Amino acid sequence: MDFAIFLVQCLNAVQYGLLLFLVASGLTLIFGILGVINLAHGSFYMIGAYLAYALAPWVAAHLGGGFFTALAIGLMLSVAFGYLLEWGFVSYLYERDHLQQVLMTYGLILVFEELRSILVGDDVHGVAPPAWLAGSVPLGHVMTYPVYRLFMSGVCVAVALGLYAIIARTRLGMAIRAGATNREMAQSLGVDIRLLYRIVFAAGVTLAVFAGMIAAPVSSVYPGMGNQVLIISFVVVVIGGIGSIRGALLASLLVGFADTFGKVFIPQTAGILVYVLMAAILLWRPEGLFRTG
Amino acid sequence: MPDDILLTASEVSRRFGGLTAVDRVSLSVSRGEVHAVIGTNGAGKSTLVNVLAGEIAPSGGRVHLQQRDVTRWPQPRRARAGIGRSYQRTTIFARSTVFENCRLTAQAHYQHPLDWWSAAARCPDSTRLAQQAIEQAGLAAQAHRVAGTLSHGQKRQLEIAMCLATAPHVLLLDEPLAGMGPEETERMLSLLTGLRRGHAILLIEHDMDAVFRIADHITVMVNGAVIASGEPDAIRRDAAVQSAYLGDVEETREPERV
Amino acid sequence: MTPTHAITARVWPLGVALVALAVFPHVGGKFYIDLVLTTMILAIFALSLELLVGRTGLVSFGHAAFFGIAAYATALLAPNAAAPSLAWLLPAVVIVTALAALAIGALSLRTRGIYFIMVTLAFAQMAYFVFHDMPFAGGSDGRYLYAKPVLAIGGFTLLDLDKPRTFYYAVLGCLCAVYALLALVGRSRFGHALAGISANEQRMRAAGFSTYPYKLAAFTLAGGLAGVAGFLHAIKDGFVNPEILAWHQSGAVLLMLILGGIGTLRGPVLGAFLFVLLKELFQSEALFGAFARHWQLPLGLTIIACVAMMPNGVIGLPTQWRRAHAPVPHAG
Repeated sequence: MDFAIFLVQCLNAVQYGLLLFLVASGLTLIFGILGVINLAHGSFYMIGAYLAYALAPWVAAHLGGGFFTALAIGLMLSVAFGYLLEWGFVSYLYERDHLQQVLMTYGLILVFEELRSILVGDDVHGVAPPAWLAGSVPLGHVMTYPVYRLFMSGVCVAVALGLYAIIARTRLGMAIRAGATNREMAQSLGVDIRLLYRIVFAAGVTLAVFAGMIAAPVSSVYPGMGNQVLIISFVVVVIGGIGSIRGALLASLLVGFADTFGKVFIPQTAGILVYVLMAAILLWRPEGLFRTG
Repeated sequence: MPDDILLTASEVSRRFGGLTAVDRVSLSVSRGEVHAVIGTNGAGKSTLVNVLAGEIAPSGGRVHLQQRDVTRWPQPRRARAGIGRSYQRTTIFARSTVFENCRLTAQAHYQHPLDWWSAAARCPDSTRLAQQAIEQAGLAAQAHRVAGTLSHGQKRQLEIAMCLATAPHVLLLDEPLAGMGPEETERMLSLLTGLRRGHAILLIEHDMDAVFRIADHITVMVNGAVIASGEPDAIRRDAAVQSAYLGDVEETREPERV
Repeated sequence: MTPTHAITARVWPLGVALVALAVFPHVGGKFYIDLVLTTMILAIFALSLELLVGRTGLVSFGHAAFFGIAAYATALLAPNAAAPSLAWLLPAVVIVTALAALAIGALSLRTRGIYFIMVTLAFAQMAYFVFHDMPFAGGSDGRYLYAKPVLAIGGFTLLDLDKPRTFYYAVLGCLCAVYALLALVGRSRFGHALAGISANEQRMRAAGFSTYPYKLAAFTLAGGLAGVAGFLHAIKDGFVNPEILAWHQSGAVLLMLILGGIGTLRGPVLGAFLFVLLKELFQSEALFGAFARHWQLPLGLTIIACVAMMPNGVIGLPTQWRRAHAPVPHAG
């Protein structure tokens, strides 16, 4: 394989892996800290992508802005949405067993899918990246690589570092880690658990929505995208271990490489390679690579 | 005189990351002996029992059941070989009757893969074991009550009965007297005394009066290590133990031996 | 021991249902017969999952994999030209499906709780992609079953599943057989052990049960029984496509369990019936007009409402009502 092609595939793998990391980290945060398995997490990704598509013309017409303005508005909307959703729905899930949580959030997926279908339709759409990011950089003699994909990877890395900084270095992060290990203890120490959970849930939602928004120019916007990314995120969480951000990062990259290079070398089995990888990890280390607790 | 050593722990250690929960503990329990393990909170007693029962693997040391080295054996295998345990938090099946609880644990001895379909209620062996266990535990009158409706003391008795239904040689009892009033404590103590003859009993307890009444041998653990081990009188007089936590012992009247 | 009147209270509705199902082909129209057939097949599917979820406490979100594998196995193993023999086709399909369940279960059961749910979902998705992407299975177009099986001895045909009446009673027979088998399992030592594992696995291990083989056996049996449903589905439609392995199928069967009530055998059957009814209702253009194509919206809302308000399903409603109106019990 030509080195330039190899490099392109590596960059693709990293970009896909980092995007997965954004989604998976939201999922693992919500489960690790709130104890809620949220099947509708993939729907947030889908909502993000459709938001990017729907907001672009509105933002251009009314605010004169472009991609980044739409992104900022989308983020604000998703924080508000996540906050409200936790308050109105998710908070009722804490005391329930896993089966009930799974089914209620599954019902939520159906609701989101149909609402999207009613409001925006079922068509596939494209979203244009901002003009200054739409070019390509040369790679070797023949190949070029889209700047926007590099931008995506960069943004994901920035978010990952930001997540790490918040969780490891701030008081909010301490409260999060305390709430994760011992809810009552944290509460008696003065941490407002209700508010904390609301913040963490909104953060998880926003991560997924953000991932969907920045992925839209690359993966286009289509109805089934939420479910697809959800199941792959599950694989990432199983491989990396629940509650471990570090595990989610490593597992996402692993999945990114397996999927990308799998498609290159064995195109017929492209879809299932990720699951074979999961099966192999289950055989070797069922508790995940970085299981906490 | 208790001979016939059934369970031996040799230099058993268990580490969790940087924390050493159990530090080279050695002890043995013989048939006909009640061996109590006492210590302050966090001394590693429950961890020790978990290692002996096979729920967690030791970081070092060996566990022997009679002559066999069972260190690598998983818990179900050890249970079938004769190590029974009861839990500090009651783990009965609340929705079934007392009898059904014991019959289910008794069934562990009668697992025939080729006969999986026969009705559980019609298995004579597990029925017999269950009835024996219920009688030994003094719950014969409650045999057909739903376990969830029992009093706290009766639930703890059922916990022991379920353990007995597996016909164990060794009983690992984790705080059987937890949360019991004086009357229930008396009942439990006479139950344990009755069990002494046929079994080797290792007991974790915080109720010092009960321990000194019933134990033949006491091991004291602090911070995961054994600081003293011997007969109750010797323990009572041991300076290290006194300073660790028995308090002002001269004033304590020697309670009647059971 | 369950009091006799409680047993009678359970048995006579079953008897009534059985009689109703048996006479239905003689009174119902073709559309409704097809609906009842779908319901019965889904009831078998739901019953197989009840063994896993209800009895053993293993929540699998990938049970559609076995339904689909069996349906595809039926279409793939059946020869193109002649009618295959039921005598070998049904056992072959069930064995293939059970082997798949054994393999998937062996890996999935190395995980617990939330991981198990995710892993089963992932494996089902893997199966979906296998049938969707691989050419041997016809890809997203699916495959046809060209001839329905027959059961023949010598030259004498005993059962020709191509005949609608025969097929109907064959399905009803399978439903009764699966129901009876699961009732037997429920009373058996195996079933009691599974219930114990569901209630408190640690306790069972402490008593001397190696729990992994039990769970794997339950998983394999559940998969095999789902295979019976898949087999019947392939014959009924004469056509299989990857969508029967979609995770929405796994969600639907879990929904049937919770609608009807987990922990009983009547629950899944009732749940299948309710699910088909609800789906027909929400998809009815007569009632909802153009909005009917968004039937998943009311379905999703129904799921949320049911789980929130009726966690024990319809079967559990009397108990739920009684508990809500009962005097506060004495603390033991």
